[in-house]
Amino acid sequence: MSISPTVLLYTYCITAACFILGVRYLGSPATARRGNMLAAGGMALALVISTIALSSTLPWAIVIPAVLLGAIIGAVSAKLVRMTAMPQMVALFNGMGAGTAALIGVIHILTTAEGHPLNTGDMLSTCLGTGIGSLSFTGSIIAYAKLQELIKGRPITFPLQKPFNGVLLLIIIVLGILAGTSAHAPDHVLFIALAGVSLILGIMFVLPIGGADMPVVIALLNSFTGLATALTGFVLNNAIMIVAGTLVGASGLILTQLMSKAMNRSIANILFGAFGAVQTGAGSELTGDLTVRRTTVEDLAILCTYAQSVVIVPGYGLAVARAQHEIKEVSDLLEERHVNVRYAIHPVAGRMPGHMNVLLAEANVPYTQLAEMDSINPDFPQTDVVIVIGANDVVNPAARTNPGSPIYGMPILNVDQAKTVVVLKRSMNPGFAGIDNELFYRPNTMMLFGDAKATLTELVAAIKNVQ
Amino acid sequence: MNPLSLPAEIFIFVLAAFLGFELISKVPSTLHTPLMSGTNAIHGIILVGALTVAATVTHSVAVGILAAIALVLGAMNVVGGFVVTDRMLGMFKARRPAAHGKE
Repeated sequence: MSISPTVLLYTYCITAACFILGVRYLGSPATARRGNMLAAGGMALALVISTIALSSTLPWAIVIPAVLLGAIIGAVSAKLVRMTAMPQMVALFNGMGAGTAALIGVIHILTTAEGHPLNTGDMLSTCLGTGIGSLSFTGSIIAYAKLQELIKGRPITFPLQKPFNGVLLLIIIVLGILAGTSAHAPDHVLFIALAGVSLILGIMFVLPIGGADMPVVIALLNSFTGLATALTGFVLNNAIMIVAGTLVGASGLILTQLMSKAMNRSIANILFGAFGAVQTGAGSELTGDLTVRRTTVEDLAILCTYAQSVVIVPGYGLAVARAQHEIKEVSDLLEERHVNVRYAIHPVAGRMPGHMNVLLAEANVPYTQLAEMDSINPDFPQTDVVIVIGANDVVNPAARTNPGSPIYGMPILNVDQAKTVVVLKRSMNPGFAGIDNELFYRPNTMMLFGDAKATLTELVAAIKNVQ
Repeated sequence: MNPLSLPAEIFIFVLAAFLGFELISKVPSTLHTPLMSGTNAIHGIILVGALTVAATVTHSVAVGILAAIALVLGAMNVVGGFVVTDRMLGMFKARRPAAHGKE
Protein backbone atom coordinates (compact mmCIF):
# COMPACT_ATOMS: atom_id res chain seq x y z
CA MET A 1 0.00 0.00 0.00
CA SER A 2 1.34 3.39 -0.86
CA ILE A 3 0.31 6.74 0.51
CA SER A 4 0.68 10.00 -1.32
CA PRO A 5 2.70 12.75 0.39
CA THR A 6 -0.41 14.90 0.45
CA VAL A 7 -2.45 12.33 2.38
CA LEU A 8 0.49 11.90 4.76
CA LEU A 9 0.65 15.61 5.37
CA TYR A 10 -3.09 15.91 6.00
CA THR A 11 -2.88 13.07 8.49
CA TYR A 12 0.03 14.77 10.24
CA CYS A 13 -2.16 17.86 10.42
CA ILE A 14 -4.76 15.90 12.44
CA THR A 15 -1.98 14.62 14.71
CA ALA A 16 -0.71 18.17 15.23
CA ALA A 17 -4.22 19.27 16.28
CA CYS A 18 -4.37 16.33 18.75
CA PHE A 19 -1.01 17.34 20.26
CA ILE A 20 -1.96 21.00 20.58
CA LEU A 21 -5.31 20.24 22.23
CA GLY A 22 -3.65 17.53 24.31
CA VAL A 23 -1.10 19.96 25.78
CA ARG A 24 -3.87 22.46 26.40
CA TYR A 25 -6.05 19.90 28.19
CA LEU A 26 -3.06 18.76 30.26
CA GLY A 27 -2.93 22.23 31.81
CA SER A 28 -6.24 21.89 33.64
CA PRO A 29 -7.11 19.24 36.28
CA ALA A 30 -10.54 18.36 34.90
CA THR A 31 -9.34 17.63 31.38
CA ALA A 32 -5.75 16.49 31.94
CA ARG A 33 -6.35 12.78 31.51
CA ARG A 34 -8.37 13.33 28.35
CA GLY A 35 -5.52 15.51 27.05
CA ASN A 36 -3.03 12.71 27.50
CA MET A 37 -5.35 10.24 25.74
CA LEU A 38 -5.86 12.67 22.87
CA ALA A 39 -2.12 13.15 22.42
CA ALA A 40 -1.60 9.38 22.53
CA GLY A 41 -4.29 8.94 19.88
CA GLY A 42 -2.63 11.51 17.64
CA MET A 43 0.70 9.77 18.15
CA ALA A 44 -0.76 6.38 17.18
CA LEU A 45 -2.24 7.91 14.03
CA ALA A 46 1.09 9.46 12.99
CA LEU A 47 3.00 6.25 13.67
CA VAL A 48 0.56 4.08 11.71
CA ILE A 49 0.39 6.38 8.68
CA SER A 50 4.19 6.81 8.64
CA THR A 51 4.73 3.07 8.84
CA ILE A 52 2.33 2.50 5.94
CA ALA A 53 4.01 5.24 3.90
CA LEU A 54 7.44 3.68 4.50
CA SER A 55 6.27 0.06 4.29
CA SER A 56 7.90 -0.77 0.94
CA THR A 57 11.44 -0.04 2.18
CA LEU A 58 11.24 -0.78 5.93
CA PRO A 59 13.51 -3.62 7.11
CA TRP A 60 10.76 -5.42 9.01
CA ALA A 61 13.14 -7.95 10.56
CA ILE A 62 14.75 -5.07 12.45
CA VAL A 63 11.74 -2.81 12.94
CA ILE A 64 9.23 -5.22 14.48
CA PRO A 65 11.43 -6.72 17.21
CA ALA A 66 13.06 -3.35 18.01
CA VAL A 67 9.78 -1.43 18.36
CA LEU A 68 8.13 -4.27 20.28
CA LEU A 69 11.09 -4.50 22.66
CA GLY A 70 11.08 -0.75 23.31
CA ALA A 71 7.31 -0.63 23.75
CA ILE A 72 7.31 -3.53 26.21
CA ILE A 73 10.20 -2.14 28.28
CA GLY A 74 8.52 1.28 28.29
CA ALA A 75 5.07 0.01 29.24
CA VAL A 76 6.24 -2.43 31.91
CA SER A 77 8.61 0.01 33.62
CA ALA A 78 5.96 2.76 33.51
CA LYS A 79 3.41 0.39 35.05
CA LEU A 80 5.70 -0.98 37.75
CA VAL A 81 7.39 2.23 38.87
CA ARG A 82 6.30 3.44 42.29
CA MET A 83 4.68 6.84 42.68
CA THR A 84 7.76 8.16 44.45
CA ALA A 85 10.02 7.22 41.53
CA MET A 86 7.97 8.81 38.75
CA PRO A 87 10.11 11.93 38.24
CA GLN A 88 13.21 9.88 37.48
CA MET A 89 11.13 7.65 35.19
CA VAL A 90 10.20 10.75 33.18
CA ALA A 91 13.89 11.69 33.08
CA LEU A 92 14.76 8.24 31.76
CA PHE A 93 12.11 8.29 29.03
CA ASN A 94 13.23 11.79 28.07
CA GLY A 95 16.79 10.51 27.77
CA MET A 96 15.60 7.71 25.49
CA GLY A 97 13.93 10.19 23.12
CA ALA A 98 17.02 12.40 23.15
CA GLY A 99 19.22 9.39 22.38
CA THR A 100 16.99 8.55 19.43
CA ALA A 101 17.38 12.09 18.06
CA ALA A 102 21.17 11.90 18.42
CA LEU A 103 21.33 8.47 16.74
CA ILE A 104 19.18 9.64 13.81
CA GLY A 105 21.68 12.47 13.20
CA VAL A 106 24.61 10.05 13.34
CA ILE A 107 22.88 7.60 10.98
CA HIS A 108 22.01 10.44 8.61
CA ILE A 109 25.66 11.49 8.39
CA LEU A 110 27.03 7.94 8.16
CA THR A 111 24.68 7.05 5.31
CA THR A 112 25.64 10.18 3.38
CA ALA A 113 28.77 9.32 1.41
CA GLU A 114 31.80 11.48 2.10
CA GLY A 115 32.44 14.03 -0.59
CA HIS A 116 28.75 14.63 -1.16
CA PRO A 117 28.26 17.67 1.02
CA LEU A 118 24.85 18.29 2.53
CA ASN A 119 23.47 21.76 2.05
CA THR A 120 24.21 24.25 4.82
CA GLY A 121 20.76 24.16 6.40
CA ASP A 122 20.74 20.38 6.50
CA MET A 123 24.23 20.23 7.99
CA LEU A 124 23.40 22.87 10.57
CA SER A 125 20.23 21.11 11.74
CA THR A 126 21.99 17.74 11.83
CA CYS A 127 24.86 19.10 13.95
CA LEU A 128 22.52 20.99 16.30
CA GLY A 129 20.03 18.12 16.57
CA THR A 130 22.73 15.58 17.34
CA GLY A 131 24.57 17.91 19.74
CA ILE A 132 21.44 18.83 21.73
CA GLY A 133 20.15 15.25 21.61
CA SER A 134 23.45 13.86 22.95
CA LEU A 135 23.60 16.45 25.72
CA SER A 136 20.01 15.80 26.76
CA PHE A 137 20.63 12.03 26.63
CA THR A 138 23.49 11.94 29.13
CA GLY A 139 22.03 14.82 31.14
CA SER A 140 18.79 12.88 31.63
CA ILE A 141 20.68 9.73 32.60
CA ILE A 142 22.58 11.69 35.28
CA ALA A 143 19.31 13.28 36.49
CA TYR A 144 17.83 9.78 36.70
CA ALA A 145 20.86 8.46 38.60
CA LYS A 146 20.73 11.35 41.06
CA LEU A 147 17.04 10.91 41.85
CA GLN A 148 17.39 7.14 42.01
CA GLU A 149 20.32 7.74 44.36
CA LEU A 150 22.69 5.72 42.19
CA ILE A 151 25.03 8.67 42.53
CA LYS A 152 24.90 11.17 45.35
CA GLY A 153 22.23 13.82 44.98
CA ARG A 154 24.30 16.65 46.37
CA PRO A 155 26.04 18.88 43.85
CA ILE A 156 29.33 17.47 42.57
CA THR A 157 31.71 20.32 41.93
CA PHE A 158 35.36 20.79 41.11
CA PRO A 159 37.56 23.86 40.57
CA LEU A 160 37.12 25.71 37.27
CA GLN A 161 33.98 23.72 36.53
CA LYS A 162 32.20 26.53 34.70
CA PRO A 163 35.20 27.49 32.52
CA PHE A 164 35.67 23.77 31.77
CA ASN A 165 32.04 23.43 30.63
CA GLY A 166 32.40 26.64 28.64
CA VAL A 167 35.44 25.18 26.84
CA LEU A 168 33.46 21.99 26.10
CA LEU A 169 30.68 24.08 24.56
CA LEU A 170 33.25 26.00 22.51
CA ILE A 171 34.80 22.75 21.26
CA ILE A 172 31.33 21.55 20.16
CA ILE A 173 30.73 24.77 18.23
CA VAL A 174 34.16 24.61 16.55
CA LEU A 175 33.65 20.93 15.66
CA GLY A 176 30.25 21.81 14.20
CA ILE A 177 31.74 24.56 12.04
CA LEU A 178 34.63 22.31 10.94
CA ALA A 179 32.30 19.41 10.16
CA GLY A 180 30.05 21.70 8.15
CA THR A 181 32.82 23.28 6.10
CA SER A 182 35.17 20.30 5.83
CA ALA A 183 36.63 19.68 2.34
CA HIS A 184 35.29 16.14 2.21
CA ALA A 185 32.02 17.00 3.95
CA PRO A 186 30.29 15.44 5.68
CA ASP A 187 33.34 14.53 7.73
CA HIS A 188 32.38 11.43 9.73
CA VAL A 189 35.21 11.72 12.26
CA LEU A 190 34.53 15.35 13.11
CA PHE A 191 30.82 14.63 13.41
CA ILE A 192 31.29 11.67 15.78
CA ALA A 193 33.66 13.82 17.85
CA LEU A 194 30.93 16.48 18.07
CA ALA A 195 28.44 13.91 19.35
CA GLY A 196 31.02 12.56 21.84
CA VAL A 197 31.89 15.94 23.35
CA SER A 198 28.16 16.76 23.60
CA LEU A 199 27.66 13.54 25.58
CA ILE A 200 30.39 14.64 28.01
CA LEU A 201 28.92 18.14 28.32
CA GLY A 202 25.53 16.62 29.24
CA ILE A 203 27.17 14.82 32.18
CA MET A 204 29.19 17.83 33.29
CA PHE A 205 26.17 20.14 33.02
CA VAL A 206 23.92 18.14 35.38
CA LEU A 207 26.53 16.86 37.90
CA PRO A 208 26.87 20.17 39.79
CA ILE A 209 23.09 20.56 40.21
CA GLY A 210 21.59 19.34 43.48
CA GLY A 211 19.04 16.54 43.61
CA ALA A 212 16.28 18.80 44.94
CA ASP A 213 16.44 20.85 41.75
CA MET A 214 16.23 17.86 39.44
CA PRO A 215 12.53 18.32 38.47
CA VAL A 216 13.42 21.72 37.00
CA VAL A 217 16.42 20.25 35.21
CA ILE A 218 14.29 17.43 33.80
CA ALA A 219 11.76 19.99 32.52
CA LEU A 220 14.60 21.86 30.80
CA LEU A 221 16.09 18.69 29.30
CA ASN A 222 12.57 17.77 28.13
CA SER A 223 12.47 21.08 26.31
CA PHE A 224 15.92 20.35 24.81
CA THR A 225 14.76 16.98 23.52
CA GLY A 226 11.76 18.70 21.94
CA LEU A 227 14.13 21.07 20.16
CA ALA A 228 16.35 18.18 19.03
CA THR A 229 13.23 16.47 17.67
CA ALA A 230 12.24 19.58 15.72
CA LEU A 231 15.76 19.90 14.27
CA THR A 232 15.68 16.24 13.27
CA GLY A 233 12.35 17.04 11.60
CA PHE A 234 14.15 19.62 9.47
CA VAL A 235 16.81 17.05 8.52
CA LEU A 236 14.23 14.45 7.51
CA ASN A 237 11.76 17.00 6.03
CA ASN A 238 9.08 15.78 8.39
CA ALA A 239 6.38 18.31 9.25
CA ILE A 240 4.91 16.57 12.31
CA MET A 241 8.32 16.18 13.92
CA ILE A 242 8.91 19.91 13.48
CA VAL A 243 5.51 20.84 14.93
CA ALA A 244 5.55 18.39 17.85
CA GLY A 245 9.21 19.01 18.71
CA THR A 246 8.83 22.78 18.63
CA LEU A 247 5.65 22.63 20.68
CA VAL A 248 7.42 20.60 23.38
CA GLY A 249 10.54 22.76 23.16
CA ALA A 250 8.62 26.00 23.68
CA SER A 251 6.09 24.80 26.24
CA GLY A 252 8.87 22.96 28.10
CA LEU A 253 10.78 26.21 28.44
CA ILE A 254 7.71 27.95 29.93
CA LEU A 255 7.16 25.00 32.25
CA THR A 256 10.79 25.17 33.41
CA GLN A 257 10.23 28.82 34.24
CA LEU A 258 6.97 28.10 36.11
CA MET A 259 8.65 25.36 38.15
CA SER A 260 11.64 27.47 39.16
CA LYS A 261 9.26 30.29 40.04
CA ALA A 262 7.45 27.94 42.43
CA MET A 263 10.80 27.53 44.22
CA ASN A 264 11.39 31.29 44.16
CA ARG A 265 14.64 30.87 42.25
CA SER A 266 15.82 31.86 38.81
CA ILE A 267 16.64 29.21 36.22
CA ALA A 268 20.22 30.53 36.06
CA ASN A 269 20.56 30.15 39.83
CA ILE A 270 19.38 26.54 39.64
CA LEU A 271 21.60 25.62 36.69
CA PHE A 272 24.78 27.38 37.71
CA GLY A 273 24.37 27.98 41.45
CA ALA A 274 25.53 24.52 42.63
CA PHE A 275 22.73 24.82 45.18
CA GLY A 276 23.51 23.19 48.50
CA ALA A 277 27.16 22.55 47.67
CA VAL A 278 28.64 24.95 50.17
CA GLN A 279 27.47 25.81 53.61
CA THR A 280 29.39 28.89 54.55
CA GLY A 281 28.43 31.88 56.60
CA ALA A 282 27.56 32.22 60.23
CA GLY A 283 24.75 30.20 61.64
CA SER A 284 24.51 27.34 59.20
CA GLU A 285 26.88 25.21 61.24
CA LEU A 286 24.41 25.13 64.14
CA THR A 287 26.75 25.23 67.09
CA GLY A 288 26.02 25.76 70.75
CA ASP A 289 23.64 24.05 73.08
CA LEU A 290 21.68 21.82 70.75
CA THR A 291 19.22 19.55 72.43
CA VAL A 292 16.64 17.50 70.69
CA ARG A 293 13.47 16.82 72.63
CA ARG A 294 11.85 13.49 71.93
CA THR A 295 8.26 12.54 72.44
CA THR A 296 6.17 9.39 72.33
CA VAL A 297 3.18 8.31 70.28
CA GLU A 298 0.97 8.39 73.39
CA ASP A 299 1.94 11.96 74.22
CA LEU A 300 1.31 13.04 70.65
CA ALA A 301 -2.12 11.39 70.74
CA ILE A 302 -3.11 13.36 73.84
CA LEU A 303 -1.62 16.55 72.44
CA CYS A 304 -3.66 16.26 69.24
CA THR A 305 -6.98 15.21 70.71
CA TYR A 306 -7.02 18.16 73.11
CA ALA A 307 -5.94 20.63 70.45
CA GLN A 308 -8.31 22.95 68.66
CA SER A 309 -6.43 23.04 65.43
CA VAL A 310 -3.90 20.65 63.94
CA VAL A 311 -1.98 21.21 60.73
CA ILE A 312 -0.34 18.27 59.00
CA VAL A 313 2.70 19.00 56.82
CA PRO A 314 3.39 16.05 54.51
CA GLY A 315 6.73 15.65 52.74
CA TYR A 316 8.71 13.17 50.75
CA GLY A 317 9.04 10.92 53.80
CA LEU A 318 5.27 10.34 53.74
CA ALA A 319 5.51 9.24 50.12
CA VAL A 320 8.43 6.91 50.81
CA ALA A 321 6.69 5.30 53.79
CA ARG A 322 3.42 5.20 51.76
CA ALA A 323 1.61 6.29 54.89
CA GLN A 324 -1.07 8.42 53.20
CA HIS A 325 -3.90 6.11 54.29
CA GLU A 326 -2.70 6.11 57.89
CA ILE A 327 -2.50 9.90 58.05
CA LYS A 328 -6.01 10.09 56.61
CA GLU A 329 -7.20 7.79 59.41
CA VAL A 330 -5.52 10.01 62.01
CA SER A 331 -7.16 13.13 60.63
CA ASP A 332 -10.58 11.42 60.47
CA LEU A 333 -10.31 10.38 64.13
CA LEU A 334 -9.32 13.89 65.14
CA GLU A 335 -12.18 15.42 63.18
CA GLU A 336 -14.60 13.13 64.98
CA ARG A 337 -13.35 14.80 68.13
CA HIS A 338 -14.01 18.22 66.62
CA VAL A 339 -10.38 19.08 66.05
CA ASN A 340 -9.89 21.30 63.03
CA VAL A 341 -7.44 19.38 60.80
CA ARG A 342 -5.83 20.78 57.69
CA TYR A 343 -2.97 19.76 55.45
CA ALA A 344 -0.38 22.38 54.52
CA ILE A 345 1.00 21.74 51.05
CA HIS A 346 4.27 23.37 50.08
CA PRO A 347 4.51 23.90 46.31
CA VAL A 348 7.66 21.78 46.06
CA ALA A 349 6.98 19.26 48.84
CA GLY A 350 8.02 15.80 47.74
CA ARG A 351 10.12 15.49 44.66
CA MET A 352 7.80 16.97 42.10
CA PRO A 353 5.25 19.76 42.24
CA GLY A 354 1.84 18.31 43.08
CA HIS A 355 3.37 15.15 44.56
CA MET A 356 1.54 15.55 47.87
CA ASN A 357 -1.81 16.44 46.28
CA VAL A 358 -1.66 13.25 44.22
CA LEU A 359 -0.67 11.14 47.20
CA LEU A 360 -3.38 12.51 49.51
CA ALA A 361 -6.01 12.32 46.76
CA GLU A 362 -5.21 8.62 46.54
CA ALA A 363 -6.13 8.28 50.23
CA ASN A 364 -9.39 10.22 49.61
CA VAL A 365 -8.37 13.22 51.66
CA PRO A 366 -11.02 15.84 50.83
CA TYR A 367 -9.62 18.54 48.59
CA THR A 368 -11.05 21.22 50.87
CA GLN A 369 -8.73 20.09 53.67
CA LEU A 370 -5.62 20.87 51.63
CA ALA A 371 -4.25 24.38 52.11
CA GLU A 372 -1.64 26.07 49.94
CA MET A 373 1.38 27.70 51.55
CA ASP A 374 0.27 31.32 51.14
CA SER A 375 -3.17 30.75 52.61
CA ILE A 376 -2.04 28.76 55.65
CA ASN A 377 1.13 30.62 56.66
CA PRO A 378 -0.74 33.41 58.53
CA ASP A 379 -2.58 30.73 60.58
CA PHE A 380 0.46 29.04 62.12
CA PRO A 381 0.72 31.33 65.19
CA GLN A 382 -2.84 30.26 66.14
CA THR A 383 -2.20 26.59 65.45
CA ASP A 384 -1.89 24.29 68.45
CA VAL A 385 -0.08 21.34 66.92
CA VAL A 386 1.79 20.94 63.67
CA ILE A 387 2.66 17.39 62.65
CA VAL A 388 5.51 17.35 60.14
CA ILE A 389 5.74 14.00 58.37
CA GLY A 390 8.93 13.42 56.44
CA ALA A 391 9.27 17.03 55.34
CA ASN A 392 12.46 18.91 56.04
CA ASP A 393 13.76 21.65 53.77
CA VAL A 394 10.29 23.17 53.20
CA VAL A 395 9.94 23.85 56.96
CA ASN A 396 13.52 24.96 57.63
CA PRO A 397 13.42 28.42 59.25
CA ALA A 398 16.94 29.07 57.95
CA ALA A 399 15.29 29.98 54.66
CA ARG A 400 13.82 32.99 56.43
CA THR A 401 16.47 33.87 58.97
CA ASN A 402 19.92 32.81 57.79
CA PRO A 403 21.34 34.63 54.74
CA GLY A 404 24.27 32.19 54.74
CA SER A 405 22.04 29.20 54.12
CA PRO A 406 21.81 27.85 50.59
CA ILE A 407 18.03 27.80 50.82
CA TYR A 408 17.83 31.40 52.04
CA GLY A 409 14.95 33.18 50.33
CA MET A 410 12.98 30.06 49.46
CA PRO A 411 9.41 30.47 50.70
CA ILE A 412 8.71 27.99 53.50
CA LEU A 413 5.86 26.90 55.71
CA ASN A 414 6.33 28.84 58.95
CA VAL A 415 5.59 25.88 61.22
CA ASP A 416 8.07 27.11 63.83
CA GLN A 417 5.49 29.78 64.77
CA ALA A 418 2.97 27.17 65.94
CA LYS A 419 2.59 26.37 69.63
CA THR A 420 3.95 22.86 69.29
CA VAL A 421 5.66 21.17 66.37
CA VAL A 422 6.04 17.40 66.28
CA VAL A 423 8.38 16.10 63.61
CA LEU A 424 8.01 12.50 62.48
CA LYS A 425 11.31 11.46 60.98
CA ARG A 426 13.36 8.33 60.49
CA SER A 427 16.55 9.82 61.88
CA MET A 428 18.38 13.11 62.30
CA ASN A 429 19.74 12.91 58.75
CA PRO A 430 19.53 16.18 56.83
CA GLY A 431 16.96 16.59 54.07
CA PHE A 432 17.32 16.28 50.33
CA ALA A 433 19.14 19.58 49.99
CA GLY A 434 21.67 18.21 52.46
CA ILE A 435 21.47 21.01 55.01
CA ASP A 436 20.86 20.95 58.74
CA ASN A 437 17.49 22.08 60.12
CA GLU A 438 17.45 24.31 63.22
CA LEU A 439 13.70 23.65 63.57
CA PHE A 440 14.54 20.32 65.21
CA TYR A 441 16.40 22.08 68.04
CA ARG A 442 13.75 24.70 68.80
CA PRO A 443 12.19 24.59 72.29
CA ASN A 444 8.67 24.16 70.84
CA THR A 445 9.74 21.22 68.63
CA MET A 446 9.58 17.57 69.57
CA MET A 447 10.94 14.69 67.53
CA LEU A 448 9.30 11.32 67.04
CA PHE A 449 11.72 8.96 65.33
CA GLY A 450 10.72 5.92 63.33
CA ASP A 451 9.08 4.82 60.11
CA ALA A 452 6.15 7.13 59.35
CA LYS A 453 3.76 4.31 58.51
CA ALA A 454 4.48 2.38 61.72
CA THR A 455 4.35 5.53 63.85
CA LEU A 456 1.04 6.66 62.39
CA THR A 457 -0.48 3.20 62.81
CA GLU A 458 0.48 3.37 66.49
CA LEU A 459 -0.89 6.89 66.66
CA VAL A 460 -4.29 5.72 65.34
CA ALA A 461 -4.48 3.14 68.13
CA ALA A 462 -3.29 5.66 70.72
CA ILE A 463 -5.89 8.27 69.73
CA LYS A 464 -8.64 5.66 70.02
CA ASN A 465 -7.45 4.98 73.58
CA VAL A 466 -7.57 8.61 74.67
CA GLN A 467 -10.66 9.14 76.80
CA MET B 1 8.07 11.79 1.25
CA ASN B 2 7.16 15.32 2.14
CA PRO B 3 6.20 18.11 -0.24
CA LEU B 4 7.15 20.95 2.12
CA SER B 5 9.87 23.44 1.19
CA LEU B 6 12.38 24.80 3.70
CA PRO B 7 10.67 28.24 3.99
CA ALA B 8 7.35 26.49 4.68
CA GLU B 9 9.05 24.37 7.35
CA ILE B 10 10.58 27.44 9.00
CA PHE B 11 7.16 29.08 8.84
CA ILE B 12 5.48 26.26 10.80
CA PHE B 13 8.46 26.12 13.18
CA VAL B 14 7.98 29.75 14.14
CA LEU B 15 4.21 29.38 14.50
CA ALA B 16 4.58 26.24 16.61
CA ALA B 17 7.12 27.99 18.84
CA PHE B 18 4.75 30.87 19.56
CA LEU B 19 1.90 28.43 20.11
CA GLY B 20 4.00 26.44 22.59
CA PHE B 21 4.86 29.59 24.54
CA GLU B 22 1.22 30.69 24.71
CA LEU B 23 -0.35 27.31 25.35
CA ILE B 24 0.49 26.77 28.99
CA SER B 25 0.59 30.17 30.62
CA LYS B 26 -1.59 29.39 33.65
CA VAL B 27 -1.04 25.88 34.99
CA PRO B 28 -1.61 24.97 38.68
CA SER B 29 1.61 23.65 40.24
CA THR B 30 -0.17 20.35 40.87
CA LEU B 31 -0.11 19.70 37.14
CA HIS B 32 3.49 20.70 36.44
CA THR B 33 4.82 17.17 36.62
CA PRO B 34 2.04 15.49 34.57
CA LEU B 35 2.42 18.25 31.97
CA MET B 36 6.16 17.69 31.82
CA SER B 37 5.55 13.97 31.49
CA GLY B 38 2.86 14.43 28.82
CA THR B 39 4.99 16.70 26.65
CA ASN B 40 7.83 14.24 27.18
CA ALA B 41 5.65 11.59 25.56
CA ILE B 42 4.80 13.92 22.66
CA HIS B 43 8.42 14.34 21.63
CA GLY B 44 8.34 10.57 21.27
CA ILE B 45 7.25 11.50 17.72
CA ILE B 46 11.01 11.08 17.17
CA LEU B 47 10.07 7.43 16.61
CA VAL B 48 8.70 8.50 13.20
CA GLY B 49 12.20 9.79 12.48
CA ALA B 50 13.75 6.51 13.61
CA LEU B 51 11.40 4.66 11.24
CA THR B 52 12.33 7.04 8.42
CA VAL B 53 16.08 6.45 8.76
CA ALA B 54 15.54 2.72 9.31
CA ALA B 55 13.85 2.63 5.90
CA THR B 56 17.02 3.99 4.29
CA VAL B 57 19.36 1.48 5.91
CA THR B 58 20.46 -1.07 3.35
CA HIS B 59 24.16 -1.68 3.25
CA SER B 60 25.89 -1.45 6.60
CA VAL B 61 25.51 -3.73 9.61
CA ALA B 62 26.79 -1.04 11.96
CA VAL B 63 24.22 1.46 10.75
CA GLY B 64 21.53 -1.24 11.01
CA ILE B 65 22.42 -1.75 14.67
CA LEU B 66 22.32 1.99 15.32
CA ALA B 67 18.89 2.17 13.67
CA ALA B 68 17.65 -0.75 15.79
CA ILE B 69 18.82 1.01 18.98
CA ALA B 70 17.14 4.23 17.84
CA LEU B 71 13.88 2.32 17.32
CA VAL B 72 14.05 0.68 20.75
CA LEU B 73 14.76 3.99 22.51
CA GLY B 74 12.09 5.86 20.54
CA ALA B 75 9.44 3.24 21.27
CA MET B 76 10.35 3.40 24.98
CA ASN B 77 9.90 7.16 24.94
CA VAL B 78 6.46 6.99 23.30
CA VAL B 79 4.91 4.08 25.17
CA GLY B 80 6.54 4.69 28.55
CA GLY B 81 5.83 8.41 28.35
CA PHE B 82 2.09 8.08 27.76
CA VAL B 83 1.62 5.23 30.23
CA VAL B 84 3.46 6.97 33.07
CA THR B 85 1.53 10.20 32.46
CA ASP B 86 -1.76 8.31 32.53
CA ARG B 87 -0.79 6.68 35.83
CA MET B 88 0.04 10.06 37.36
CA LEU B 89 -3.26 11.56 36.20
CA GLY B 90 -5.18 8.47 37.29
CA MET B 91 -4.36 9.43 40.87
CA PHE B 92 -6.40 12.60 40.51
CA LYS B 93 -9.55 10.64 39.75
CA ALA B 94 -9.58 9.33 43.33
CA ARG B 95 -10.53 12.79 44.55
CA ARG B 96 -14.08 12.93 45.81
CA PRO B 97 -16.17 15.79 47.14
CA ALA B 98 -15.67 16.50 50.83
CA ALA B 99 -18.94 14.82 51.78
CA HIS B 100 -17.77 12.41 54.45
CA GLY B 101 -15.65 12.95 57.54
CA LYS B 102 -17.34 16.17 58.58
CA GLU B 103 -20.50 15.95 60.58
